[in-house]
Amino acid sequence: MSLNLRELSQRTQGLAPGHRACAGCGFPVVVRLLFAVARRPLVVVNATGCMEVVTTLYPYSTWPVPYLHSAFENAAATASGVEAAVKALRRRGQLDTHPKVVAIGGDGGTYDIGLQSLSGALERGHDFLYVCYNNEAYMNTGIQRSSATPRGARTTTSPVGRVQRGKPQPRKDLTEIVAAHGVPYAAQASISHWADLARKLEKGLAVVGPAFVNVLTPCQPGWDYPPERLVEVARLAVESRYWPLYEVEEGRTRITYLPREPVPVRAFLEAQGRFRHLLTDEEAVAEIQRWVDVHWERLRNKAGTGQ
Amino acid sequence: MTAPRRMGLTGNEAVALAWKQLRPHVVAAYPITPATQIVERFSEYVAQGEVDTEFVPAESEHSALSACVGAAAAGARVLTATASQGLALMHEVLYIASGLRLPIVMNVANRALSAPINIHGDHSDTMGSRDAGWVQIYARNVQDAYDRTLLAVWVAERARLPVMVCLDGFTLTHSLEPVEVYPDEAVREFVGEAPPDGYTLLGGEPITVGPLALPDSYMEFRRALAAAMERVPRVLEEGVRAFRQQFGRKLPALVEARGTEDADVALVIMGSYADSAEQAALRGRVRGQRAGLVRVVTFRPFPAAALRETLAGARDVVVLERADTLSGLGGPLGVEVRAALYGLPQAPRVTDVIFGLGGRELRDAELDALLQGELPGGVVYLGVEGAHVLEPA
Repeated sequence: MSLNLRELSQRTQGLAPGHRACAGCGFPVVVRLLFAVARRPLVVVNATGCMEVVTTLYPYSTWPVPYLHSAFENAAATASGVEAAVKALRRRGQLDTHPKVVAIGGDGGTYDIGLQSLSGALERGHDFLYVCYNNEAYMNTGIQRSSATPRGARTTTSPVGRVQRGKPQPRKDLTEIVAAHGVPYAAQASISHWADLARKLEKGLAVVGPAFVNVLTPCQPGWDYPPERLVEVARLAVESRYWPLYEVEEGRTRITYLPREPVPVRAFLEAQGRFRHLLTDEEAVAEIQRWVDVHWERLRNKAGTGQ
Repeated sequence: MTAPRRMGLTGNEAVALAWKQLRPHVVAAYPITPATQIVERFSEYVAQGEVDTEFVPAESEHSALSACVGAAAAGARVLTATASQGLALMHEVLYIASGLRLPIVMNVANRALSAPINIHGDHSDTMGSRDAGWVQIYARNVQDAYDRTLLAVWVAERARLPVMVCLDGFTLTHSLEPVEVYPDEAVREFVGEAPPDGYTLLGGEPITVGPLALPDSYMEFRRALAAAMERVPRVLEEGVRAFRQQFGRKLPALVEARGTEDADVALVIMGSYADSAEQAALRGRVRGQRAGLVRVVTFRPFPAAALRETLAGARDVVVLERADTLSGLGGPLGVEVRAALYGLPQAPRVTDVIFGLGGRELRDAELDALLQGELPGGVVYLGVEGAHVLEPA
């Protein structure tokens, strides 16, 4: 890892002050690290969502780089057009620089409505990095369930009622779906492990071809935690193995952070309000723990040595 | 001015050839009948190294147009093609392309919409996109489809608006016609190497494209878009002048009128059936009926002033169109022609004839019978089993 904390503190380029993200929102961490590790000019393509809404309220913009927002489900397709233009213009000597295209979308725009667009762009092999800031629900529209929402979580479309206790289905494994495209680089990261995240963003920017980083990015109103506990909640997701940090590079899976003494998933659940209704239901908590354990074992098997 | 070369080309082949000559930076497209051959033929040009375009074979029309938006925002010259369901799937992105003022040019091989599914020609697809902020131009024949595709790039890049060049599915896309093809250098000279102005994401400076605009600013954006559309007739007039200077061919910009000066009955039509309608008007003349024809070349922006001027003297206007609004008011062209004529002293009676949906042929005898009888006004569905007349609501 080339970037240490001192160096990071000196890299001041980030979103300009005045953006309207909530206190305790995770995605500004992702963007700041992205800018910190970028060695080439960036062009950012953003899906509709919280990030777009809080950073581009006309006539203001907090983006220090060229930025394009088109629609909700098409960030990857739009990015492939920008990348194609970069190639064609450079080929004809009409562009001297070589900007890297970065698409950023939330889990709604990536796991759900944008999955086809993402899959198409990955398969076509465009040279771009896709960053999913994954807060596990449609937060911009007011906390509706997505396919990234974990089993049991309370959202406004998976409410807690007499016959249904939060979301009945487990989340889908998008990182593995992306890796199955055979892309050069796919990774899972968390805002709590900033050096790991920075290294993954750096790798994703460096590879030629499609790269994907799925970043767990807690949402204060959606997950319901005190704003100052943002990083702590994300860290519990990793330490409980609920959100493993790993990467798939040229088909090889490697776990990039092994929790020394994994905490029970209950600790992660207890840190947030969206699972509050489950905490008295031992069986429901045990079921989530089993899901975590099964998926962790599966990942370890894939990674071979586990490291 | 080098002499053009005469070639036998289908509509799709002529469009693909125009694309090659226009040398776009990026083509992003998805196959759909009856537009597929445009993309097929263009892929061959790319594979043979005859054009150095970055071809993005998208996984859907929605993504194809999204990629066009990205490429055009990066300052590239961008072309695409689609039809029918494909255009319907693009619907969301059409508004984004015009709202971001991106000069994308799209050929649409006009085709009916499902259900029931039908691959043949009518104008339901592009009529569904008529208020999306795209200039819409309808070709009369293969030569016209070729010419208008070249012209569209000139117009789009100067009006800073996206342009659809529509050619009727099968009747033009798959019909072989003689086409005068201009030399590559002449086309290059006409359109230049890249869009002459506009913004780019690749200039190095921060630029935010596609921001959130709330009630304090949104209306100004939309009014500016409307103003851009209002300027299009002027840009088109300049464009056809430049076109004539470059290629020696005179193209009508907004409407094309034949025999309307003294007409009692004026037919109004768009697209390839203008030939049939013109023949019907000529047959009317032979019968002693003073008939004329107006072809609407540019449907967006709507040429209301030109139509008022051309149609004011007629007793009857017969709109012939291949789409329906399903509103009880007839087809979209009929509705807008009526709107254009509204308020004229002694405004002509308008009969809106809907024909040719899903590729149904227009029969001369049926059209002649309609024109020979007392024109009913209102809406007529021509050539339908159990055809009937609707009164305007």
